[in-house]
Amino acid sequence: MLELPALGWQSIVIFVVFALSLLIATYCTYAERVIAAFLQDRVGPDRAGPYGLLQPLADAVKMFTKEEFFPQNANTALFIFGPCLAMITALMSSAVIPFGNVLSFGSNYFFLQGIEVNIGMLWVFGVVSLGVYGIMIGGWASNNKFSLLGAIRAASQNISYELAMGMSLIAVLMISGTLSLRDITLQQSVAGEWHFWNIVKQPLGFIIFLVCAFAETNRTPFDLPECETELVGGYHTEYSSMKLGLYLFSEYVNIFVASAVMSVLYFGGFNFPFQYELRDWLVSNQDWTLAGAQNLITILGTVLLFGKIFGFIFFFMWVRWTLPRFRYDQLMRLGWTILIPLSIFNILLTGGLITFGIIQ
Amino acid sequence: MSPLFLFLSFLALLSALGVVIAKNPVHSVLFLILTFFALSGHYLILNAQFLAAVNIIVYAGAIMVLFLFVIMFLNLNAETEPKKPMLAQIAAVIAGGSLLLVLVAALRNVEPVGYDAATFDSQIGMVDRLGLVLYDQYLLPFELASILFLAAMVGAVMLGKRETGERNF
Repeated sequence: MLELPALGWQSIVIFVVFALSLLIATYCTYAERVIAAFLQDRVGPDRAGPYGLLQPLADAVKMFTKEEFFPQNANTALFIFGPCLAMITALMSSAVIPFGNVLSFGSNYFFLQGIEVNIGMLWVFGVVSLGVYGIMIGGWASNNKFSLLGAIRAASQNISYELAMGMSLIAVLMISGTLSLRDITLQQSVAGEWHFWNIVKQPLGFIIFLVCAFAETNRTPFDLPECETELVGGYHTEYSSMKLGLYLFSEYVNIFVASAVMSVLYFGGFNFPFQYELRDWLVSNQDWTLAGAQNLITILGTVLLFGKIFGFIFFFMWVRWTLPRFRYDQLMRLGWTILIPLSIFNILLTGGLITFGIIQ
Repeated sequence: MSPLFLFLSFLALLSALGVVIAKNPVHSVLFLILTFFALSGHYLILNAQFLAAVNIIVYAGAIMVLFLFVIMFLNLNAETEPKKPMLAQIAAVIAGGSLLLVLVAALRNVEPVGYDAATFDSQIGMVDRLGLVLYDQYLLPFELASILFLAAMVGAVMLGKRETGERNF
């Protein structure tokens, strides 16, 4: 009998993460409007269901039932392929993110992570670097100059900010010495030691990474590819119905993944302060078994990791409704003349601090 | 030969053919990206995870984006394609054919070398092992290559530098 390893526990995790990414992305569209309304002192969506909670459902029905429009002389195959690719690449990167530590039942261990590979960080980085193809292909296939300009902007923006992002990651990797996201998470909290999250060791790197994450997910203030004051709708000018929906949706999935990566890399992932003290207290004072206490810590850690992720998602939206959009030359100047030199400086600084034993 | 290997080889060859045959340059680039993916799959089979990931990041993720970028800017299509002279076409066919001949002749009698499962190092090709080899055994070539990249970067910055008084927008 051929045993398929893909049909085990990992596939359940991947399926759950997949479903969760979609659910979170769906409710991000709602959260975006609620937060926008809150920041602009408006009411926001409140018609569909209690507090407007069914608004994403109503939007989905609208998206699916709208007319599917194909522009004349557009490359039909690539026109359809563009949004598909945007969605696929957005959903792929969450496979390696550790959403929790390990659950143990007897002698069975269940890791709350899709795939544990020792190139986890590179996987995320590679998939993120592919994300721009969906936008480029869609924008080009639309046969519209505004779409093309949006696509070209997206390409040059992603290339520029990927460099700074990669170099800010290198500083993290210098500290951790591993590319595995699970190992990076575990290193941020060690039992019995006073141990800091990476944000304490890498404040500058985190700021660079955060700015680059905004640029990579095409969020305001860097949403130049869909800048409606200059480019009508940017790369998705010609898109309608669910194909447009997929583009908008992939942006929210990207935000979710970027938030998860930032939480894992800089904010301790599924670790939370005093987790080992809580476990030891449960074992010694409350007569819990060690495995049971560990499972409780794992579940709490997962819940708190999602709390961190939601915090970052809120931050993304907060910034969107606070800052105006950059001009394109300002965007390029920020990327090439500020962020890249700054990230090189950060690498040198980290190297110096490691050499003198100040951080490790 | 595993079915996965056969599938990846099929994909690589088919998409590589697509690069050459496609009339539209954008389609060519997309086929080339697919080829890189198939090659990365081969690297994974060869237990070279790092190489696979870097291949995707550097070639599929960065260089091909720039390719696509330039091709979109130039708006190349079938009508603007210059007509190649017959002589060049014949010369290309002969050159390509002889390369194929040499490759087939060289690889015809190659036997796959099996590994002994007992002594095989499963960590070979992993990041840390590669790093140790690169910074230990091959430090000088590695540093020389990085100097080459530095020279290229300095050259690119020099070419792109704005002259005094010039304004581009």
